[in-house]
Amino acid sequence: MNILKFFTAGSVDDGKSTLIGRLLYDTDSILADQLEALQSSNRKNDDGTIDLAILTDGLRAEREQGITIDVAYKYFQTDKRKFIIADTPGHIQYTRNMVTGASTANLAIILIDARNGVVEQTIRHSYLVSLLGIKHIVVCINKMDMVDYSENVYQAIIDKYKILAKQLQLNDVNYIPVSALKGDNIAQNSERMDWYEGESLLHFLEQVDTDNLDKSQLARMPVQWVIRPQTAELHDYRGYAGRVLSGTFKLNDKVTVLPSGASSIIKKIEFFDQTPEAAHAGQSVTLHLKDDVDISRGDTIVNAAALPQESKLIEADLCWMDGRALDTSITYLIQHNSKVTKCKISEILHKVDINTLEKHPADEFKLNDIGRVIVKTADALAFDLYDDNRANGSAILVDSRTNLTVGALMFRAAVE
Amino acid sequence: MSTYNFDYLDELEAEAIHILREVAGQFEKPALLFSGGKDSITLVRLAEKAFRPGKFPFPLVHIDTGHNFQETIEYRDKMIERIGEKLIVGSVQDSIDQGKVVEQKGKNASRNALQTVTLLDTIAKYEFDACIGGARRDEEKARAKERIFSVRDEFGQWDPKRQRPELWNIYNGKIHKGENVRVFPISNWTELDVWNYIRRENIELPSIYFSHERDVILRNGQLMAASPFLNMDDEDLVFQKQVRFRTVGDMSCTAAVESEAILIDDIISEISASKISERGARMDDKVSEAAMEDRKKGGYF
Repeated sequence: MNILKFFTAGSVDDGKSTLIGRLLYDTDSILADQLEALQSSNRKNDDGTIDLAILTDGLRAEREQGITIDVAYKYFQTDKRKFIIADTPGHIQYTRNMVTGASTANLAIILIDARNGVVEQTIRHSYLVSLLGIKHIVVCINKMDMVDYSENVYQAIIDKYKILAKQLQLNDVNYIPVSALKGDNIAQNSERMDWYEGESLLHFLEQVDTDNLDKSQLARMPVQWVIRPQTAELHDYRGYAGRVLSGTFKLNDKVTVLPSGASSIIKKIEFFDQTPEAAHAGQSVTLHLKDDVDISRGDTIVNAAALPQESKLIEADLCWMDGRALDTSITYLIQHNSKVTKCKISEILHKVDINTLEKHPADEFKLNDIGRVIVKTADALAFDLYDDNRANGSAILVDSRTNLTVGALMFRAAVE
Repeated sequence: MSTYNFDYLDELEAEAIHILREVAGQFEKPALLFSGGKDSITLVRLAEKAFRPGKFPFPLVHIDTGHNFQETIEYRDKMIERIGEKLIVGSVQDSIDQGKVVEQKGKNASRNALQTVTLLDTIAKYEFDACIGGARRDEEKARAKERIFSVRDEFGQWDPKRQRPELWNIYNGKIHKGENVRVFPISNWTELDVWNYIRRENIELPSIYFSHERDVILRNGQLMAASPFLNMDDEDLVFQKQVRFRTVGDMSCTAAVESEAILIDDIISEISASKISERGARMDDKVSEAAMEDRKKGGYF
């Protein structure tokens, strides 16, 4: 059994919270006392049934305003898979929350209200999914009960979405007509839409192969911590602890340590009381090298045959996440895995209107703005392009005045 | 292409180890909050996997309400001896003796709320800049939105509206002096995940997690262990029941559930079929729908 992390985009009006509530409800993931709290709540649907949306509205302000402000994580499990949902608000003022929720997901559910079809926010959500590099997409055409479960309505929406998907180069897109409110095609195939021959949403989520396991040759491990017991019996012990970001390290592999460029060979791979012959993407391990090289936190051990790019000047997409606008005259901190160095945004190439996908020249970057910039770093970063290797192609910007995380960066090219 | 088996417990474990190592790398004076409960016991195992054969780069900190189950304290002391790490105890009784907090009165009196003061004092005294805790997002709605690195101001307060975005697997632990970060490495685990992990790793637990016969009273519809720490009167009828505890907290606020489960396998099948969630057995959450949110804002775990 593995884990599928997915992200849901859509606004309250699309019935997103109801959809998630329905998935939890139909998989028996709501426990009795939570159900009791739900039933005693005074929020009910028009027909008197429980408002499933309450299940995902966590904070008091959200309950009061009836909207989802933050990213909420929800968990459920079937016999086939464990699921982690990043539930985020869909309105434009919460773009940064969507970017956050999407950053760790390997599948996205995009909700379309069958009555409205492809609208501005569909474009926005789909753009964010493509920006964040989520490869698998399920478009749920929701509220089919409100359009008499009409195949024609469904088909017209799909036809329109396909044009958008092509424009955004979204390759793996699946379509499911649903009613979250009534439970149609959520956990089980609906009898009210016998014209639909595909799977129910839950069945689809259980089966989809999302390539959880990174199969690239780009073996990368940022060093988080050096284990040096310095005891009598472990006098010379020196283990480099970290999580393999991508690719595979095997015993006797030739590796390079960046930024120093020192090369060595993997002598031993340790995982607590085990000494496996290989360390794969996702695993937290301890590596030992044959040579005595100077390595500390912030360095990256990589496959010597597939080096990352190294540059102090990087072209990147930036999503601005702070109330205080970007200031190109000041120095920020950039955190790229375990490496932290100073940086400046030296140039704004363009900003994207995420409702229309048009690019505009810009000289300012405010909360929720997204666009292309040039980052100039104090120390060179050893990175891959985001599209090739999400884990080594992303970074955050920190404002050292407030210590807040103010920007998300996706690396697109090293500047020559 | 080599294939390997990396199941959901491996993935959760690897993520938690990564988070623990980030704490070690990013902070000067971290600490691991140890309650003697299964979640913090799991954290200790994860820390062993993250840092052995080295020492933990942090001490364990136990906030002792003085109203503990004896079994928990025995377990704690034995475990500390086994792992050879440092334990710091912050005592709620000391906070009471120093007049910093006042013992609650009445039938439902508990030291649960008083712990917050002792916790914050202990953090200040030792100047901890990061406190690792075993909270999980599946426990409660407010927790579902809390970050893995959750910044607290110098009063220990959590501000849900000013949370930092947490992207990819990058954790921003930068803080100003006086602030600290609460770190939750098992945020993405469910109660069932923790039990499955404990079974897989053969982790020993305090005996109160397993079915045993105990003197209890019925209060507010829940079974409470009869103890000198519970304000009881003539109306409270003490009787014996076969019970176990699903969480380990203060004796005055942790309810027992009727159970015959004597093995971890029994517990796992009990939870899988269960109709009451874990925090449902905590009277401290029952006060209002926003109870946890309010306590977290005040500096609670």
